[in-house]
Amino acid sequence: MINVENLHKTFGELEVLKDISTTIDAGEVVTIVGPSGSGKSTFLRCMNQLEEPTKGKILVDGADITDPSTNINEVRENIGMVFQHFHLFPHLSVLNNLTYAPINVKGVAKKDAEELAHKLLKQVGLADKANEYPNRLSGGQKQRVAIARALAMEPKAMLFDEPTSALDPEMVKEVLQVMKSLTETGMTMAVVTHEMNFAREVADRVLFLDEGKLVEDAPPSEFFTAPKTERAKDFLDKML
Amino acid sequence: MGLDLDFTQFFPSIPYIIDGIWVTLSIVAVAALLGLSLGIILSLLKIGNIKILRWLADAYTSIFRGTPLVLQLMIVYYGLPQMLGVDIPAYMAAVIAFGLNSSAYVSEIIRAGIQAVDKGQKEAAEALGISYKPMMKDIILPQAMKNILPALMNEWITLTKESAIVTVIGVMDIMRRAYVVGGEKFAFFEPLIIAGVIYYLMVMVLTLLGKALERRMKRSD
Repeated sequence: MINVENLHKTFGELEVLKDISTTIDAGEVVTIVGPSGSGKSTFLRCMNQLEEPTKGKILVDGADITDPSTNINEVRENIGMVFQHFHLFPHLSVLNNLTYAPINVKGVAKKDAEELAHKLLKQVGLADKANEYPNRLSGGQKQRVAIARALAMEPKAMLFDEPTSALDPEMVKEVLQVMKSLTETGMTMAVVTHEMNFAREVADRVLFLDEGKLVEDAPPSEFFTAPKTERAKDFLDKML
Repeated sequence: MGLDLDFTQFFPSIPYIIDGIWVTLSIVAVAALLGLSLGIILSLLKIGNIKILRWLADAYTSIFRGTPLVLQLMIVYYGLPQMLGVDIPAYMAAVIAFGLNSSAYVSEIIRAGIQAVDKGQKEAAEALGISYKPMMKDIILPQAMKNILPALMNEWITLTKESAIVTVIGVMDIMRRAYVVGGEKFAFFEPLIIAGVIYYLMVMVLTLLGKALERRMKRSD
């Protein structure tokens, strides 16, 4: 589904990602963990070209998104993204947040888009909020709407960039619950997170990044019980 | 000397001064429209990716904000005909000078308003595959309007007051008429005060309109 080959990213002098290669298969749930500043978010944001890779190749469903002739918007239609700070459209109702892109980007009929939107809102437990505006919602509710907004495009894969980091502790659970149930539908997911329990329970694979390098790539059973590197051991000691 | 003001002798002239409102308003309205159109284009150049156009728009703004408006007006009215070989009517010169000047300020207002919209909004739109035009039209600009409209209102209020300098090129606006009336009676204080009251009332009306507009936008939050 997503192939990353020798990815490099530099911001000016700073080398943020150093030669990262990995593959995320269809239906796989991959969590990306590591200390802050390790390049996790940048890595994730390269996968839908919110950051432009300096070197290397990223293939999404066979399309090389680093190739300038690739229509990036078509690729993005198929990759949903959820941000740390939600980024809901504040001037649109919850329903319109969900239907804007399907109607205007994919050309879905308004009626069909609204039907799907209501279904998704029900799925994330917010069926009664369709006509509210985002600023009337709690953080956890906003993030669940943001997940539903991404799903409304019926993407093949979902990227999550620290989806619970900006939430009050009591709201983390409701968002993780929604993400967990999403994994059960067979959605391909890449999740940057500090929630180690989520990584352990839900992920098929854990990628550990440190100082821009992909240091470990292992199933959670291996990564959490027998990390191969000192860096990972250090990190886990601090996190658990 | 002393304070022997006599407003009554000017009562017959008040309608004549008031007629100047339409001259002032029509200069301000046309200049504001010209300034807005040109300002939108300039602001798009400023936030765009083409370096040379961005530089030109910045240079334009810098020049029009960095020199006196009255100088710009005189260059258009007295200076340009010398180059073009045709006279420019005073009214047209006023509209051109004010419009060009206003567009410099308006472009900054719009640029700042757009750039004040959270960068995450653009990223969220991009991540959904929304292309540049609909993103600007439906996502960014509606949010930017909240920053832009109050500042635009201020710009138009300033424009209304500054329009009084068209007097120097002989346009018969409120200011000029007050001056003419004063000249006939050899008493300037009273007609100028009358003109001041008229300007003040116009500015108050614009201010109230602006406040009402702001309230309406806040309600939609």
